[in-house]
This record gives sequence, C-alpha cells and structure tokens, in this order.
Amino acid sequence: MSMYLYALTLVPPSAVTASIIGQFSGQRSQEIIIAEGSNLHLYKPDANAGKLVPLVSYNLFGVVRTIVPFRVAGASKDYVIVGSDSGRIAILEYKPDQSRFVKVHLETFGKTGVRRVVPGEYLAVDPKGRATMIASVEKNKLVYILNRDSQANITISSPLEAHKPRCLLYDLIGLDVGYDNPIFAALEIDYSECDLDSTGKAYTEVQKMLTYYELDLGLNHVVRIWSDVVDRNSSFLLPVPGGADGPSGVLVCTEGFLVYRHMNKRIHKVPIPRRRTPFDDPSRKRIIVCGVVHKMKSAFFFLLQSDEGDLFKVTIDYNVQGVQNIKIKYFDTVPVAKSLNILKSGFLFVSAEGGSHMFYQFEKLGDDDDETEFSSADYTKGEISDYPTAFFHPRPLDNLVLVDIIDSLSPLVNSEVANLTGEDAPQIYALAGQGARSSFRTIRHGLEVTEIVASELPGEPIAVWTTRLTATDEYDAYIVLSFTNATLILSIGETVEEVTDSGFLSSTPTLAVQQLGEDSLVQVHPKGIRHISADKEVNEWEAPLHTVIVAAATNSRQVAVALSTTEIVYFELDDEGQLNEYQDRQQMGAAVTSISLGDVPEGKVRNSFLAVGCEDSTVRIISLDPENTLESMSVQALTAAPTALQIMVMPDSTFPEAQRLLDNSSTLYLHIGLHNGVYLRAVLDSITGQLSDTQTQFLGPKPVKLFKVEMQGQPTVLALSSRSWLAYTQDVSFKVTPLVYEPLEYGSGFCSEQCAEGVVGIEGSNLRIFTMEKLTDNIKQDIIPLRYTPRQMTQNPYQPLYYVAESDNSTLSPSSKEKLLATSSKKQQQDFEELPAEDFGNARYTGKWASCIEVVDPIGQEITSKIELEDDEAAFSIVVCSFSEYQKRRREEEDEEEEEEEKEEGKELDVYVVVGTAKNVSLIPKNCSAGYLRVYKASEDGRSLEFIHATEVEQPPICMTEFQGRLLVGIGATLRAYDMGMKRLLRKAEYRNRALNAIVTINVSHNRVIIGDSQQSVTYLVYRHQEHKFLPFVDDTIARHTTCATMLDYATVVGGDKFGNLWVVRCPEKVSWDADEDNGAQLMTARPFLNGAPDRLELVAHYFVGDIPTSVHKTQLVSGGREVVLYTGIQGTIGIIAPFASREDVEFFQQLEGQMRTENPPLAGRDHLIYRGVYVPVKGTIDGDLCEQYFTLPIEKKRSIASELERSVREVERKISGMRARYAF
Amino acid sequence: MADKLRAQQQLEQLQTRFIGVGHPDTTKHEWMNNIQRDSLASYIGNPSLLQHFSVALNEPQRKVRTMFIDKMIQPCGPPKEKDSEMEDA
Repeated sequence: MSMYLYALTLVPPSAVTASIIGQFSGQRSQEIIIAEGSNLHLYKPDANAGKLVPLVSYNLFGVVRTIVPFRVAGASKDYVIVGSDSGRIAILEYKPDQSRFVKVHLETFGKTGVRRVVPGEYLAVDPKGRATMIASVEKNKLVYILNRDSQANITISSPLEAHKPRCLLYDLIGLDVGYDNPIFAALEIDYSECDLDSTGKAYTEVQKMLTYYELDLGLNHVVRIWSDVVDRNSSFLLPVPGGADGPSGVLVCTEGFLVYRHMNKRIHKVPIPRRRTPFDDPSRKRIIVCGVVHKMKSAFFFLLQSDEGDLFKVTIDYNVQGVQNIKIKYFDTVPVAKSLNILKSGFLFVSAEGGSHMFYQFEKLGDDDDETEFSSADYTKGEISDYPTAFFHPRPLDNLVLVDIIDSLSPLVNSEVANLTGEDAPQIYALAGQGARSSFRTIRHGLEVTEIVASELPGEPIAVWTTRLTATDEYDAYIVLSFTNATLILSIGETVEEVTDSGFLSSTPTLAVQQLGEDSLVQVHPKGIRHISADKEVNEWEAPLHTVIVAAATNSRQVAVALSTTEIVYFELDDEGQLNEYQDRQQMGAAVTSISLGDVPEGKVRNSFLAVGCEDSTVRIISLDPENTLESMSVQALTAAPTALQIMVMPDSTFPEAQRLLDNSSTLYLHIGLHNGVYLRAVLDSITGQLSDTQTQFLGPKPVKLFKVEMQGQPTVLALSSRSWLAYTQDVSFKVTPLVYEPLEYGSGFCSEQCAEGVVGIEGSNLRIFTMEKLTDNIKQDIIPLRYTPRQMTQNPYQPLYYVAESDNSTLSPSSKEKLLATSSKKQQQDFEELPAEDFGNARYTGKWASCIEVVDPIGQEITSKIELEDDEAAFSIVVCSFSEYQKRRREEEDEEEEEEEKEEGKELDVYVVVGTAKNVSLIPKNCSAGYLRVYKASEDGRSLEFIHATEVEQPPICMTEFQGRLLVGIGATLRAYDMGMKRLLRKAEYRNRALNAIVTINVSHNRVIIGDSQQSVTYLVYRHQEHKFLPFVDDTIARHTTCATMLDYATVVGGDKFGNLWVVRCPEKVSWDADEDNGAQLMTARPFLNGAPDRLELVAHYFVGDIPTSVHKTQLVSGGREVVLYTGIQGTIGIIAPFASREDVEFFQQLEGQMRTENPPLAGRDHLIYRGVYVPVKGTIDGDLCEQYFTLPIEKKRSIASELERSVREVERKISGMRARYAF
Repeated sequence: MADKLRAQQQLEQLQTRFIGVGHPDTTKHEWMNNIQRDSLASYIGNPSLLQHFSVALNEPQRKVRTMFIDKMIQPCGPPKEKDSEMEDA
C-alpha cells in the first residue's frame, strides 16, 4: 500500500497580508478583518474593555494577496473584495446570523496562479463603492462597476480593460472624488524603452508616472485622463479626501519626502523627519511603509508610518483653490505595520509585519503638543535635499495607549520539539519574530489558567465541594473539604473562616454535598445521609448495618447512593421537602465504582437517568421514571473499570442551527472516566437511554475523575488524571485541552462575588482557586525576548538549555554604536537618549551587521549568558558537537601523563558549541569577506560559553551537524568534515558538487549523509571510511528549493521548499541496500545518470501548505498518540502531516475530501485540488483542514454529504475529530 | 500558404495577449528577462515568499517589494546590440 498522509494545521499562519475595517455585520459597530495566510479572521472590538474579540475565522484555500472593504451608496453594510491567486474577483459578505462568510459574486477574469500579468495583486475601490479596479504587477488592469439592484443586492458589471503592456505597477488607489466619475490613481513605470536600448541610457532615464484612470460611468469605459512624472523612488500612494470633505488628490510617498499631487493643481512637498540620533545612517532615506487617512466630522488627518515604525501625523490646509499647505509632525512609535486601521471609537489597530499585533487607544490626537511641525510652505523652491534635514526626537508613547495584543508567531524561523520539563507531551520550542521584537517561545498545548488563591491546608484533603445555601443564592457560601477522617467546612466571604454551626457532620469523611430543594443541604458520608433543613434540623438516614456507602450522586431533587453490598438506594424529594427512599433497592451484581445523576432539567421534577459504573468494566443506565424506577435501560461495556461518571447537557456542535432555534436544546451526554486514564464522551439518548457516538481521549496514566464546572457561560467538564483537562465546546467543535497548571486531585466549581466562574481544586495539601479567561486559545506560550532575529538553535545534550544564533542585517552592533557615538559631536551626544530597542527597533545602518549568541534557559525563563559578535560578523548556524573522537584521544593522552590519578570513567564529555559565522555578508548580490567556524566550550553546566578558536572558511556555513564524532559543515556547495584541533578545526573529508548552490540541511544516520541544497533538492551520500570520501548514490528528479528536511526512516526524507511545499521522497530499497553493501568499488566507478547521482529518488507524497516550511520534525505530540511529522512555517503556521492507520480511513477521508471540494468549494474561487498542487500535483495527502470545515457547514449540507458517504452526520464528525485527537490537539 | 499565414496570425495574437510567448528569433536576453520578471512577480505576489526575503534582508516588506518591482524594469542588464546577437547565433 502506498503511503497516505493526513495534513492538519494546528496553529494557523499569523503573518498579516492586510487588515481592514468596516461594518461587516451590518450593525452600527465597526469590525476588523485580518487576512493571515489563506485565512480571514473577523474581530469585534470591545470598546469598553479595550479588547479585540475574535468572532470567526475562515480558510479560503487560496493565496490571499489583498483585501479591501467597500460599501455601495445607501447601504449600511460593508462587503469584502478578495484579490487572490484564483484569477477571479470574489466579493464576500459576512452573515452574522450564521457566523460565516458567503460568496456574493465570483467573476473569472484570467488564469489561476500568482502570475505577472494576472490581476489580483492590487485592488482599489472607489470610496463611494461604485467601482473597483483589480490589477497585476505588470500590464493588466480591470475595472468592475458595482451597483445595487432593486432588491438591494450587489451587482457587478463585466470588466472594462485599462491594460498597458510593459508597464509595471507600484501602487494603486481609488481617488476620493465625491460623486464625480470614479478615478483610480496608479504609480507606474513603462519599461518598453529599456528592453530595446542597448546603451543602458533608457534605464537610467526611466520615469515613474502618476496616472489617473477615469471610469466614465455615462460612456461605460475607462480613460487615462492624466499622467505626470513623479520622483523615481515613489512607492506608496494615499488618497486625500475629496468631494465635500477635502481637496481630493494623492499623497505620493517617496524616499525622504511626501508630495501632494493632483490634476492641474500645485505640488506641495514636505520631508519625512528623521530621528535625531548619532547612529543615523545618512545614506538611508526614510520611506513610508503604510498609512491611513481618518475622516472626522469636519476634518481629516493622515497617520503615516516610516520604515522605523515612527508614526507621523499629516494634516492639510486647503480652501476652494486647493491645497495651501501640508504639515507633518511626529506622533508616536509603534511596530512596523502592514496596515493601520483607525476605528471611530478611538482605537488604532496595528497589524505588525513581524510579531504581535497591537491595539491602541487614542488618548489625544497630538493637537497641542510641542512637537516640531514641518510645513510644505517652507519647502517650496528646488529639491527637498537642498534644505537642512528635518529631525525629531523619538519618545515613548504619548498620544496612544496600548490596550490589547493579538499574539503572532510570525515570522517563525526555526523550532525544536523536546520534552524538557518531563510533562506528558513534548513542548515546541520556537524561534519567532524579527529584529528587536524577536523571541524564544515555549509552546505547549493547554489552556492558560489565572490563579486566584493558593493556600496551604492543615492536612491533605481527599475531596472538595462548594455549595450555596438556598436555591436562589447567586454565590456559593461554603467550601466543604473532606479528609480521610474528618470534614471541614469553610465559609466564602471577605475572609475564609471555619464554620461550626453548619449542621454537617465533621467527624467523618464526606462523599457528596448538595444544596437540595428550596433551602436545605445534604451531606452523604460513608455511614449515611444527613439532610439539613434551613433551621438546622437534621434528618439522618443510616446505611444498613455492616454496609457503607461507596459512591453517591446528587442533584437538587434526587439522591442516589451505592452501598458496599452493590445495592443502589434511591431517594427523591417530595413536595414537603422530605427526602424519601424508594421502596426497592437495585442489586448491581458487581462493586459499584461510580454513580452519576444529571441535573434536573428545567420545568421537570426529576432527572430520568442514573448512570452506574461497575467494577466489571461496564456502565449501566438505570431509569428513574416513576413507571419503571430502577429498571436497567442499557449496558455499555468498556475497556476498563469506570472511575467517574457525569451525565451532563452540553451545547451540541453537530446541529448548531437547531440549537439556536430552540435555544437550550443541547444534547445529553454521558462523560466517562476510566481507570486506565481514558476519557469518553457518549451521546445519551434522552428517551431510550442508549449510549452512542462515543468519542475517546487518553488523558494520562492515572484514573480519571470528572467534575462539572461552569466556564465562559457554558457547562464544561473538568477531567483530572496525571494532568488536569477541560472538556468544552469551542465554536463548532468539542475540545479536550489540558490546563497549564499543577495536576489536581479533586475539583469543584466555584462561584463568588470576586470570581463568578472559577474552579476550586486540591493539589496535595494545597487548596487552589483559579479561573480560565479564554477558551478560544488552546495554545499556551511562554516568551523570552531575544536581541536580534534568531537563525538557528541547538540544545545542550545534558542540560535543558538552548544556544541560539542571532543576527540582523543593516543593524548596528553595540560596539559600532559606541564607535559612532565617540566620533559624533558633543551636541549630538548630549542631544540623544537611548531608547528601548523592543519598542523603537535597533539602530539601522546599511551594510552593517549585529549578531550574538544567547544561552536560553526555557525552564527558568531567562537568558543565562550572551556573546556579542563584532566587526560585522554575523552568526547563521549553530550546533552542539561532542568531538568525541578528539575528546577520547585527549583523555587517553592525559591518562598516560597522570597515571596515578584516578580515572574518571563515564564522565560526561565536554560540550562544544560550534557557530557558523561570516563577515561583511551581502545578500543581494551574495558575497562575504570570509566565513568562520567559531568553537566554544560550554562551561558552568552549559550556562555560559568559552571561546576556544575560530577557523576560517570560504563562505558562510549555513548548516552543521555532528557526524561520527566529527563536525559536518555545509559551506556553499561544499560538504566538509572537520575534527577538533588545538588551534583550529582540521579538515578530514570533503564532498563538492558544482551543480549545487548552497547546502542548507544535513541529516545523518550511520554512514549515510543526506544533504539538502537551496535549489537542488536532496542528495543521499554514503561515507567511505577507508577513502575518507562521500559518494553520492541517489538524488532527486525535481530541483526542489529545500528549506528544511528530516529523515523519517533510513531511506525516507520529508522536507519543505521555498515555495511552500512539503514533500516526502524515498530511496528505492535496492539502491539503499546496495549503497551500504557495496565495498566502494561499484559506487566509485558508477556512471552518473544525467549529470547526477547514479539513481533517483521516488516521490511518496507532495502537498502545498501555503507557507514556507522552516523546520520539520518527526515527533509524537500527544501522550498515547501516534508519531507525526510536525512542521513550522515562516508565517507562523504550525501543522502536522500524519500517516493514516487503516485503509478504510483513507477511503473515507478521500471520499469526504472529494465531497467537500464539490459541495463546499473555496470562497475565493480557487480550485482546492489545484491549490494544494500549485507547483507539483498533490500526492498521497488528504487535506484535514478542508475536512474539518465540515463542522462549519449548514446542517442540510452536512446531511447530504453524510448520506453520500453512507454514514450519519454524527459519525462523520466523530471520525473527523477522532483523527485530530489521535495525532494532535 | 493560407495555413501558414493563419498560423502566423495566431502566433502574433498569442504574443500580444500573453507576455513571454516566444518566436523563432527570441534572444537569450529576452528569454532571461522574461524568466526573471516572472520570478520577481512571484516573489511579490506570494506573501510568504515576500516575508522570507524581508526577514533575510531585515527590511520592511514594502521596501523589499518596491526593490523587486524596480528590478523587473531591467533584470538582466541592457540588451546586447542586435549585430553582436547575430554573430552569437
């Protein structure tokens, strides 16, 4: 059977393509849509709390390149136009009642794919929503007219062409012209001359044009009405409000200054101020990377952001003649953004290019501060460069206040998977972020917990409950703690005090506590049941002689207890508030381990089911209806004895619409915890009592205990095993997520004035009260900031420590900063203050490098030491190497010298860390003055590094690994083995291939070395000891631009390439066998096949993930789960591909995927099959993300797909969620 | 003859509609330019590729993108003079 893989995204990409605001719900409030990777995320700002609330996420399965909002005149709702790689223009609408996006229009205009001349790269709309222009980088521009029909539906015209061959487009906007004919402004260059002129003169004289395209609505065609030369380096356009709101026109942003341009109007220029620091690089001109115009009732202003992140406020003075003056002044500094969005409620959303997105609130608009304002009236004659430079002083935030952060992993540069903390599941250690906003992240699956109280108790309690005193109480009044021989009652209030007059029996352990009926309490203890009325009158039911109660279940009207004689005794509250025993007792036949009663449904007097778990690994459902009380309804066999049961109503994800209609018609579930650590959830039929559709999850090796707790307004299950878990419904899926918290032994819901939705739990002798603020995010991250952009990391083999190599291009290192500061003038030195790099970025200087090596302790959450590199040396790779051969030799020598001394057998080897660096690197064109292999020795238990020596090499070493006690390095196209020497590293073997470009990955196993090249895919080599030679024996048929690769087994490699593909290639068995068996002669003399190795690899699987994989690992993500391949992508994606367990599953998911493709085609119009096979046809891989979209479909669609698959909707959903649970989270 | 003429016309039509459709006299320089421009357009159009470059160069994406479009004007230097081209052939 050929291999089949299931691809799933665990963390969706978080690199923003664009963010937009609008009234997408059609209500008065504004919402934000963020396009990240192929996903659209809709957020609703909560102005009171200053938070962004995620509403919905949707995967479009296409490369989303641009999104814009628009609103047709007179409408109150904004629509979204998506420019993607589908060769189609897609208009989407958000339907708040269904919480989903729907397609309004999808018009095909060209070929699919990201192509030079197929529109989709630029998208502009007329501010009045009358027309849109969609354009490509070169040549093509199409205009669509948008309108409404009599039913207020959006209509779209056939496209009007405004093509111009050999014309490159830099930016495109819709001009604000009020209700005149719509005009689009484009920034273009015509290169036709350059292609013909061999002298190169045309190239130097090429001019950038600002061109207006007018859509004549009367004549229904597009004309180029105006075109004028602008500065050659212009790159960004921003429309100036027009019509009744302003003078109209364009702000053209170029290197160093802004220009106001409009047809037949005067030009106004104003410089972009520079930071006043001694580290300023005069050759670097400020550019504007993004901006936003904000219109208020009577005025408007612009916020423009420079490439250093400084925001500038630009205002325009105008009258009827046009613009009089443009003024610019420094506003604040925020992270460099892709888009800025200003909300009417006074917030600024900054979708950062790298790192977390920020949500700020405006304190003021910088109207009356003493910031220097630069006016275009002072720059009227000549060039801007003739004037003295405009400077400002950067300062901490003054006008804005940070209120919320949306975390982002982008760019995710590298990762490792390891279990350093000894938890059940491994953690992902990731290098994320860019420049000064870089970080080392520990990512684990889990819910973040906010602890409220943790207090030590006198003994170790075995159980805890909370209870209110009457049915109408809002908050819990007592915490009841049961010890092995006593019970302690605490009151909840300002202070927690012991209560002695509660009526509870304190000299015995407790089995259950319940508020019963109107105002009475019940305590179940091994010897009986104590019913305490409001006036502290006690009614006691005593267990029969020589028996004890082993398990009890209670709700507000019923009590059931199991006796040690395996009898079930049932009580019910009567109208007088008396607890009455039912005349019969039911014999179970096996020791009862657990028992559960569900809550009394609203409007009823009793719950009609009792679930009983028995030692013989069964669960029995017993009826409590008056007609057939204590009759067994169904029996379910289990794999182990149940240790906990919980009958509970939960929101049902299968039928979300029905749920909305009937509000509370959720489904009844039986939750079962087993002795072997497995947790099950089964649907309990509310009439027949049959159990069906069981979902299972392994929680840990300890027996499971289950507790009902209220969280975020929904009933959830707290499941305790070796870790604590929470089972809840999120969006449309049922999730079981561990808590990132101490493992608890017992728990109960907790509700008080201070904490409405909490949990009280026992851990050893500690009482802990905590709550969970967000159930939306099931990934917990711990963040350690790093100095520069991280490149690679390596783990100390003996200690939980990581060594991280970091380097930043065009950045000043501390030593070069010192030099610059020393040479600058006195005035400059006094005039400047050092600002934190996290907020203001590192000082930039073209051609300079800053780099360092940091030792990170992810457990202590700290940086233990740091080594800064100097003289523009930059670190690119890092590896731990033992040089075991060398160390053995050294030891032997030492032993000979000092024979009398005790031999230290089995002593840990020294740890050497080798860092691959290069000096004066230039990336375009590729060049460097020299590369180095710097060897450090780990000291102080690996917490710091000691420099030993450096070895010069000809090119930057990009990848390194340890190979048979030596160091294997990829230096350009050369693979070289080094051994440790006293003064430098010693060359031992080398492999060079002129066809290669740069070796970027090395994997080793025994004598096999697999190298991945930046353009030539992977090559398998075998190392010959006798000849010290690497012999290639198999390579690939396709030139894959490898970024990462790892071995799945001895013959198979999984890797990623620069275009966003994941692939699995395998060496034919015979070739693999022969390579190891061969005595060398055969391979040495083997004839190369088509200028490559003698044999070729076979492609096993291929899949386009849409994000550039930066690392792949073979790992096991959930305890008890199967092995998977985990990959990370530069946009912050974390995903897995996992092998299918059975042929039936493959067939099922293939059918489901096929059905989903036809029944639920991607909204942006991309064909799903082609999307997953953009570069190479998808092979052996099924898209789990598409399958999981099944959950979000309307119920009719779900039913029709399920019937095609000849299964029920529940069964299909169980299969899909089971697939995820088996491999990941 | 008519067939040949029609084929010629069809080719010309294709050449005007799609950039990069070759003809018997396509020079190496034209071909290279075409490949380079396609590649650069792909770097700009795929957000993940653009970010990849942006992180490596440590420059904002807008700057990298502008740089790439600038490069598309003349990716392989000025064309050779027609005469020398003939000699090469």
